[in-house]
Amino acid sequence: MNAPVTPPRPVALGQSHVSAGNALELRGITKMFGALAAISDVTLSVRPGERRAVLGSNGAGKTTLFNCITGDFLPTAGLIRFFGEDVTTFPPHERIRRGLRRTYQISSLFAGLSVIDNVYLACRGVSRNRFSLIRPRRDDALVHAAETLVEAVHLTDEKDRLVGELAYGQQRQLEIALALSGAPRFILFDEPAAGLSPTERRDLVSILTTLPGHIGYIIIEHDMDVALRVVESVTMMHNGRIFKEGRPEEIEDDPEVQELYLGGGHE
Amino acid sequence: MAMTDHAPRFVNRADQKLWFERIPAPWWALAVVLLFLPVVANSFWLFQVMGWTFILGMIGLSLMFLAGYGGMVSLLQMTVAGMAGYMVAILGNSGTVTVSLGLSWWIVLPAAFLIAALFATVSGALAVRTEGIYTIMITLAIAAAFFYFTRQNYTIFNGYSGFNLVLPPQLFGVNWREPVPFYYLSLALAALSYGTVVYVSRSPFGLALQGVRDNPRRMAALGFNVTAHRVAAYALASVFASAGGILLVWQNAQIAPGTIGMSAAIDVLVVAVVGGMRRPLGPFIGAFIYVILQVFSPDILGFFGFSAERFKLIIGLGFLAVVLFSPDGVLGLWDRWRARRRQQQDQLSGGGAA
Repeated sequence: MNAPVTPPRPVALGQSHVSAGNALELRGITKMFGALAAISDVTLSVRPGERRAVLGSNGAGKTTLFNCITGDFLPTAGLIRFFGEDVTTFPPHERIRRGLRRTYQISSLFAGLSVIDNVYLACRGVSRNRFSLIRPRRDDALVHAAETLVEAVHLTDEKDRLVGELAYGQQRQLEIALALSGAPRFILFDEPAAGLSPTERRDLVSILTTLPGHIGYIIIEHDMDVALRVVESVTMMHNGRIFKEGRPEEIEDDPEVQELYLGGGHE
Repeated sequence: MAMTDHAPRFVNRADQKLWFERIPAPWWALAVVLLFLPVVANSFWLFQVMGWTFILGMIGLSLMFLAGYGGMVSLLQMTVAGMAGYMVAILGNSGTVTVSLGLSWWIVLPAAFLIAALFATVSGALAVRTEGIYTIMITLAIAAAFFYFTRQNYTIFNGYSGFNLVLPPQLFGVNWREPVPFYYLSLALAALSYGTVVYVSRSPFGLALQGVRDNPRRMAALGFNVTAHRVAAYALASVFASAGGILLVWQNAQIAPGTIGMSAAIDVLVVAVVGGMRRPLGPFIGAFIYVILQVFSPDILGFFGFSAERFKLIIGLGFLAVVLFSPDGVLGLWDRWRARRRQQQDQLSGGGAA
């Protein structure tokens, strides 16, 4: 029997027990779409600062898992704790305000706004005065933070261009900038390397490996060269279930994994 | 010392233009024309044509704010304007002394804005949970319900006949229904509404609203409460609609269910679409075109032997043409024309250099 969905508890940010223990803890997460179980009984815990890859073939339930963690879908059963706090039924924006971030497999940006405005919105979303009618000053701290982030993902030259006009790779970089805004504590990367050129992939690896050490993440990635280079642990999923966990080199050498996922023909 | 103090500031000034230096020349020209129009124009132009243009423009602006920035096409804005107008008639003075309370203007005007804002917020809260065509349907349903309610309710809204002799207060000893004062009053309120929308569009709230338009799901994933932003947009848009609605009551000196009927609700949509919903100037251009057609087409139609009622046919055809050829309205046509001209100039100068 899976744990029932519990009602949200009052916010207890800033208390010591909140940040103790695991960054992310999933217990018996199941998500049904009608009679189909997209994920079933997924139990997983990630330490603060830990970097983990979730691998699996298409339809293994990786993105559904992300959607449950961020609150885009409510799980049918199970419990989600984020830094000790039960967030199972929290709406997405409440989880984001607690330091969770995600990127999307298909870039999910604001096409009608400029690059800097996209990042500014991301910074504003996790701070106060979201409803302010007063224009930010040029020396506003958040404007400054947004400019720093734009620089961090190498988009300073494009900062006033409309996002709809950016090249594909640049949109992927911006996607990462949005996830780094505010004070992220844990990030979910959904296939960040999809469609990137080899140079852009190298850029991505350097962005991921130079993230501050306290920021943990889960990365879904099909490109093993990227995935296994930026993580310290790997979770393998198949048909909505976890079937193996281990260090990258263990997973790479596992015959069962090679048969299922790498198809034997890899490398 | 003084020299070194001054030097960087001087550099700064050349680098960062002051606010009035950033306003392009055509805007200054437009401002001069509008400010000095009463010198040349007769009262018909000032009161009927321009006054009505500003009023329709402000109500259209409230739709543009919701649709252009928020992605929510609301057919409710004329109803919100009508609610504010009705409140001025009910709480203040009118010819219907049995209903009107006759309170003083400094209670009536804030109360009218507040009640209209409350109405818009509650209606918005119902509408924002839907998207696209369903938003249009639900706002149309609320507009229709309010229209029939005002027509059948006699204790508050005085039913079919509504209210007449609703006059603006004689503030500062000015009769604000005289053409020149009314022109300046409506110009000032329209300019204020326009300026507010332009300013707010770059504020955190305005940017967030545009983010909600482009990608509501991602906005939630950035920590924004999407529903709250949408509802707040309805509340803010109600201010512009209410200002337009109150002016409309004063201009006509009356309000009745016909003022807020279905055709009026659709006229607001036509005005915003014809002018262009992407920029706050659009609704005012749309309103000017609409009013000019409304005012002058009866004469032209009469000359060709058609009934004056047919002017709606001309507006309808114009609407169709705009929707077909320029979905972003007359302003969109203008933008594209300028872009093409600039491109041609670039090609010419580029060709000369090569």
